[in-house]
Amino acid sequence: MQLKVGEKLRSTACTTEMIVVRAPGTDVDLRCGGHPVVPGADKDTKNELAADASGGTQTGKRYADDEIGIEILVTKAGQGNLAIGGAPLELKQAKALPSSD
Amino acid sequence: MNIMMLLEMAAEAFGDRVAIGDKTTGMTYSQLADQAGKTAGWLREQNADRLIYVDESAPTLPVALFGSSWAGKPFVPVSYRLQTDRLNTLIQRQAPAVVVGGANVASLINPADGLTILANSEFSNSWSEVTPPSADWSSEPEDVAVLLHTSGTSGDPKIAVLRQRHLVSYVLGSCEFMSAEEDEASLVSVPPYHIAGISAMLTGVYQGRRIVQLPAFEENEWVRLAREQEITHAMVVPTMLARILEVLEDGKGLPALRHLSYGGGRMPLPIIERAMELIPNVNFVNAYGLTETSSSISILGPDDHRDAMASDDPAVRKRLGSVGRPLPSVEITIRDEDGKEVPVGTSGEVWVRGEQVSGEYAKQGSTSSDEGWFQTKDGGFFDEGGFLFVEGRIDDVIVKGGENLSPGEIEDVLLDHPSVREVCVIGLPDVEWGEIVAAVIVPAEGSACDDEELKQWVAKHLRSSRVPARFEYRVELPYNDTGKVLRRVIREELKA
Repeated sequence: MQLKVGEKLRSTACTTEMIVVRAPGTDVDLRCGGHPVVPGADKDTKNELAADASGGTQTGKRYADDEIGIEILVTKAGQGNLAIGGAPLELKQAKALPSSD
Repeated sequence: MNIMMLLEMAAEAFGDRVAIGDKTTGMTYSQLADQAGKTAGWLREQNADRLIYVDESAPTLPVALFGSSWAGKPFVPVSYRLQTDRLNTLIQRQAPAVVVGGANVASLINPADGLTILANSEFSNSWSEVTPPSADWSSEPEDVAVLLHTSGTSGDPKIAVLRQRHLVSYVLGSCEFMSAEEDEASLVSVPPYHIAGISAMLTGVYQGRRIVQLPAFEENEWVRLAREQEITHAMVVPTMLARILEVLEDGKGLPALRHLSYGGGRMPLPIIERAMELIPNVNFVNAYGLTETSSSISILGPDDHRDAMASDDPAVRKRLGSVGRPLPSVEITIRDEDGKEVPVGTSGEVWVRGEQVSGEYAKQGSTSSDEGWFQTKDGGFFDEGGFLFVEGRIDDVIVKGGENLSPGEIEDVLLDHPSVREVCVIGLPDVEWGEIVAAVIVPAEGSACDDEELKQWVAKHLRSSRVPARFEYRVELPYNDTGKVLRRVIREELKA
């Protein structure tokens, strides 16, 4: 699917909800819990959580692949993990910054 | 992308925590989200393209800020301290709009077509019975979130356009979701029309740190509130810190305070050194940013402060006067007049790019280059360690006989003199030198200043070219309402 920055998406296999922060210009096969994610408004599609894609997501964490140019912010945690096809996205480790405001 | 998404996350993850106000009676994140929704539902029914906020900080500030974004209308904070004619002109230009102000708003803002003028309490009453719409805010990253008037210390103020993507990027790039401990509270004393007043609401909500608002800054009240509310975090502008320190000479300290950030203008070295002596257990952060960059782009952290204070190496010690290193999410370079990068240690103009950088003004449009670089109009340089030094607005640099002099450097030295309370150094036109150095001084209470003595004092610490040729003494300096000294006004006065 072609992603758009700001787009809301959800997992069909767990409770994960997310928003696209950075999108590649090309089609990607973004999956959560082993199944392609769907638009946030689609609340009906349901799939079984794949055992090999059940690492879980955390609210407020960003998952990314810099080579592909994709970054996803998880707005609601779930049991599945985020991947492009079979390759899991990496948890983006933010450098701890002191508060400036 | 929408700042409402940040609040929704907070309300779902820790909805019962207090978001705004007193630690027991304050408004929770769930209540804030609910009230933002009511505001959105109501605002959509009004004849208004935007919501103008002309009041002091109040709990309705975050409600109106988030509610506007939910409704898809820009939030426009405006200074209630502006001269009445100017304020009215500026507000009429934003019509059709809802105008929310203090109790006196009806006498301050003239009725006009397309303006719905409400006092803060009337505003709350108008949406209190509304049912919040479903979470239907737009995710369009290009939507305008906030329109902010820049401070215009050296020229006419402009309206900076901050889109949803700028503000969300700033929050994601500068802090972590839910990273605050439950006992943390930050004291916000900058006004709503200051970019730090907006960014404090956003990062406070996202981190889950309770926000305590001080409606109008006054140093005794700031200290009292900080002690009473067990404030752990605060942000101040330099003039505020100088006054807070005078109160802290009472020796009672700020027991709960862990973290104090400062920005919004150049901090004089003597003040930060005194602060580190008076409240040594506090982590200090110097933040540099502009309205056009959605707040901070470079920070000098607590360890940097301690390293600089403890160091015998003059180059390291000097870093106490720097703004530290760029945030990982932005790039900063120093360029000459032709736009070419200059070597380390050489002064030039500070250029910045990154997802939080807007550089766009209403009417004028984007001022950034095709590669996304925004010219800050601030002068500065990097040292060998990658620390950024900001030398003030390029327009304020004094060019004397072909040499560039930084007013701040001379101000720091003068401020260290015991008989000087406040100082502003500017350049004045001169036939022989192009410009000469003039110092406008507010003497310390009960002190008399002497031109010759001050000249010798500067000559002892700096090269002779920096010695002011002219001294003027005043009871006070003109500041804008965010605490920036109005050099433009002083320059005009002295030229006359």
